[in-house]
Amino acid sequence: MRAFSYERPGHLDDAVALLAEHGAEARPLSGGTDLIIRLRDGSIRPRVVVDVKGVAELDGEIRDGDGHLTIGALTVMTDIAADERIRRDYQALAEAAAVVGAVQIRNRATLAGNICNASPAADTAPALLVYGATVIATGPAGTRRIPMDEFFVRSGVTTLARGEVVTAIELPLPAGRRGSVHVRRTRRRGHDLASVTLTCAVRDDGVTQLAYGSLGPRAVLVADESGVLADPAAPDSAKVQRLEALFAAASPSPRSMRASPEYRLAMLRVLGLRAVATAIRRLAEGPAT
Amino acid sequence: MTPTHRRIDVTVNGRVRSIEVAPHHTLLEVLRDDLGLSGTKECCLVGECGACTVLVDGVSVDSCLMLAVEANGATVMTVEGLATGDWLHPLQQAFLDTGAAQCGFCIPGQLISAHALLALNPHPTRPEVEEGLAGNLCRCAGYGQIVEAVLAAAEADAADAADARR
Repeated sequence: MRAFSYERPGHLDDAVALLAEHGAEARPLSGGTDLIIRLRDGSIRPRVVVDVKGVAELDGEIRDGDGHLTIGALTVMTDIAADERIRRDYQALAEAAAVVGAVQIRNRATLAGNICNASPAADTAPALLVYGATVIATGPAGTRRIPMDEFFVRSGVTTLARGEVVTAIELPLPAGRRGSVHVRRTRRRGHDLASVTLTCAVRDDGVTQLAYGSLGPRAVLVADESGVLADPAAPDSAKVQRLEALFAAASPSPRSMRASPEYRLAMLRVLGLRAVATAIRRLAEGPAT
Repeated sequence: MTPTHRRIDVTVNGRVRSIEVAPHHTLLEVLRDDLGLSGTKECCLVGECGACTVLVDGVSVDSCLMLAVEANGATVMTVEGLATGDWLHPLQQAFLDTGAAQCGFCIPGQLISAHALLALNPHPTRPEVEEGLAGNLCRCAGYGQIVEAVLAAAEADAADAADARR
């Protein structure tokens, strides 16, 4: 691994100042499960690595209040998958966090790092899109709130400005009842990057939301307001037709070694239909949300 | 900005160590090359195989994906920390008894992951063992015996396996 300077600022202002000063020459370090691989293979060569785990204003806590569930920037996947509130109200996010890498990765990888890395295959991205998450970021110009759908640009690129640090991710408390699920397709059981990663939520007002990743430069959020997908009595043929229309923007890369575009698109339809059925069942069986 | 060495204080297998490390050296490199603890193996270096698994503050991590400087102030346990003197840890004994070690290269990581699993879940089911060890690949494909060993260790002395020398 090429040498770099290591900084561990104690305060958010200092972290922001370091990242703003060095720009593309600096990289923030949180869990490191993506960053250290890229430092080692030389695909990134920063002069400064800024470890944000010593920043007093950041934590790995999950707290509720003000109509939100707030996930601190340092919260790791293991804690998200185990959190009772997330398992109850944001079940697909808990399911997605539980399949990121294996135990060792989930013990280090943070939710904030997963979205900042902006991999098209990031498993938590579809769930965060469906649940209407907001990213809280602090930079040289102050603190701002970024809707999840306006955060991702393409692989490795987000709308974060130079020097901006994600401090938390907020999930609005559910407005009504819903059933939701995360599903994905991998080459093998155990841990693997997803060839298709998808979250579906069926709401009690008849709206179905779907978000899918690994089928283009970024995860995509779509919604069916016709009620066809949410209707337990609608035939699968009608649902498949609706899903195909919703998935029209999927554009998987022909260069990926994980799966061909044709396979991904075929599996997107299969997983979409299964996810809708599971979400409908969970809505019918589920407790409050 | 010139990269300079950093002094870190880290407790490894119960012993407090104060060492100078390069910021770009991983915990794996420092354990093996600076501290001479070669039980932890270097293999895939991308967090897929688990051969480099160690416990950091009681939590299993891939030591190839963690900088040594990040371990400042932490407590680390490697496979060398499992046995007590001449007494093998019950998990190590179970691995021996079931013939779980073939070429043996993955075994330190398997043992540490199994130790972490039993500390959290002293009576795992077979699927729970498989999930707990999903981050540890065995190229000899000795998974059957490895899972058997973990289940046997849990059954034989779950409480000891979970609590001893955490």
